[in-house]
Amino acid sequence: MSTDVAVQEREDQDVGVGDYQFGFHDSTDNYVFKSRRGLDREIVYQISELKKEPKWMRDFRISSLETFFEKPMPHWGGDLEEIDFQNIFYYMKAAANLEKSWEDVPDDIRKTYDRLGIPEAEKKYLAGVKAQYESEVIYGSLQEDLEKQGVIFTDTDSALRDHPDLFREYFGKIIPANDNKFAALNSAVWSGGSFIYVPPGVKIDFPLQAYFRINSENMGQFERTLIIVDEGASAHYVEGCTAPTYSSDSLHSAVVEIVVKRGGRFRYTTIQNWSNNVFNLVTKRAMAYGDSLMEWVDGNLGSKLTMKYPAIYLMEPGARGETLSIAFANNGQHQDAGAKMVHCAPNTSSRVVSKSISKGSGRASYRGLVKVEKGATNCKSNVVCDALILDSKSRSDTYPYIEAEDDQISIEHEASVSKIGEEQLFYLMSRGMTEAEASAMIVTGFIEPLVKELPMEYAVEMNRLIELQMEGSVG
Amino acid sequence: MSAILKICDLRVAVDGKPILKGVNLEIRQGEIHALMGPNGCGKSTLAYVVAGHPKYEITGGSIELDGINVLELDPCQRARLGIFLAFQYPVTIPGVKVSDFLRHAVSNVRNPDRKEGEGLIPMKDFRKELKDRMSEIDIDSEFARRYLNDGFSGGEKKRMEILQLSLLRPRFAILDETDSGLDSDAVRAVSEGINKLHGPHMGVLIITHHERLLEFNKPSFTHVMLAGKIVETGDASLAHDLHANGYAAVRERHPTEAAEQEAVTVKA
Repeated sequence: MSTDVAVQEREDQDVGVGDYQFGFHDSTDNYVFKSRRGLDREIVYQISELKKEPKWMRDFRISSLETFFEKPMPHWGGDLEEIDFQNIFYYMKAAANLEKSWEDVPDDIRKTYDRLGIPEAEKKYLAGVKAQYESEVIYGSLQEDLEKQGVIFTDTDSALRDHPDLFREYFGKIIPANDNKFAALNSAVWSGGSFIYVPPGVKIDFPLQAYFRINSENMGQFERTLIIVDEGASAHYVEGCTAPTYSSDSLHSAVVEIVVKRGGRFRYTTIQNWSNNVFNLVTKRAMAYGDSLMEWVDGNLGSKLTMKYPAIYLMEPGARGETLSIAFANNGQHQDAGAKMVHCAPNTSSRVVSKSISKGSGRASYRGLVKVEKGATNCKSNVVCDALILDSKSRSDTYPYIEAEDDQISIEHEASVSKIGEEQLFYLMSRGMTEAEASAMIVTGFIEPLVKELPMEYAVEMNRLIELQMEGSVG
Repeated sequence: MSAILKICDLRVAVDGKPILKGVNLEIRQGEIHALMGPNGCGKSTLAYVVAGHPKYEITGGSIELDGINVLELDPCQRARLGIFLAFQYPVTIPGVKVSDFLRHAVSNVRNPDRKEGEGLIPMKDFRKELKDRMSEIDIDSEFARRYLNDGFSGGEKKRMEILQLSLLRPRFAILDETDSGLDSDAVRAVSEGINKLHGPHMGVLIITHHERLLEFNKPSFTHVMLAGKIVETGDASLAHDLHANGYAAVRERHPTEAAEQEAVTVKA
């Protein structure tokens, strides 16, 4: 089932959304290590050697690499033909050591973070800030009382070294390397990412944050995140991503694995704003056990192509899953995003709210799967997709898939497509708004139900991104 | 010297079909004018055209505010120049909070040179002013946090228009059937609001079918429109007469326009 919509309304306007990027970048001369371009066993060995990893991880990487080579390119979603895997740097290290205090972070890196507002984030939240700069976490701090409670919040490489048993128990278990071609690629060359463990009953009431950023031309970024929320524990993790503009293509392919045990609650919030040459191909999956709640809040701006369908496997009765997603596709951009809900047990429920905006030649697709396994009776699922189309060139599609092997279930799907109404624009303009301001206000209102779920500073940033993307785009 | 909004031989078409066929009207700051006429005679069209709705084609005539050619300006510039339209059917803007919308509107209208992204009026001052204005026209301050017109009743929407009028303090306000669909208490509330706002610095054009709003806001001039023209102008007693006796007498005095009007009404 698919609905293609191209609405003729206002004459096209020629300025791109996604014209907004943090269009600055640092010199890459200060890298401690930079691999050669391309991908083969030698590169993978080299990465593992440099990281001084145990044998099992090296073997895992090598076998994942084989899987990656074996698996064909997906031919659905978006156009992936342009990715040249042999023209990418798979590993780069920007600073030698993991830094603990802000003052110790090298100058040019700090300058980059300053422009992204990291110090403010650090001040406002006393949570640990993990900033991934290229392939290694270079800066991190963790509030003392969290450490006392047994919370682990570190980069994934350190976790492998410092918490080997816990790490090995879950790593690659939620998303096996052979899940898909890009999960295999990540498994072979992963570097950095966050590792979080929240012990039973521990409730963290402020968001744990990470900032990601691709900085070097043709550098793939393959972070790997693993989060375990133990029984009755709760936490919220927030990541925001921005990338500078470059002329040739970059690849971002992350894997995020999450386990939420019985009675736990976890929310994973992402705002991504990749520059419009980045392929953003991410596999995210959570397993939610009895009476737990897992939520994905996912904001996708920028990139050339994003393919991302955060999944929740509802493993035991009473598990709930929720995905809220916003996609903004500007000129030349394709956002193929959505959600996957798999009901593996009776009395589980899921909800998906998806809002997409397309502008210029941008294309936003919702692709979602609701799957109910046999015996998973009395499940409920509700999916709502709203698309806003800003001009006659932009496009919106909806691909909702439902696979139900049980019939005592309730699945609802609603979809709507609208365009910015002439009457709404006129109303706002007659109150002194410029056309761009009026459009931005309408778009901001459209995504407000999701933005209000974001931590304050991210909500402000999100609205600012929307305003910048609408600026100069009309009139 | 008070400003003048001057409409001269204004001709307007929609999809090639003439709607206004030579409207002449002059409003000075401080004056209240009433515009009456049967359905489809062009009253709302005139309101929209003054505010700058893009769907109307101007085929002749002019609109000037103190010598400035209003027709060359977009709706945003007109608002900043001091023209305000209270909508008959205000639209809903989901997700946009009343207070955010009003703060943007006030910032733009009070600082006409403001560019997108430039500073808004200070939050503290604005909040206080908003609270005061809301209590004056009896709107619960809770509305500031609601989404613009989303789920508002007819009366609430109309009050929201009057709230905007009171915050934006235009030089010329057009009230397009602000009294329609309201019960008498609501009409009274809205009328009182207008009364408080009206003064030597605001010219008002009240478009109405009824007399109720005019009882509270007595017009200095009453105009009657038929088939896209103002066919008669009188004082408040004309409004009273129309209300009491209907448009039959007017039709008799202007048979040509009455026939044209009849054709439009039947077709509609």
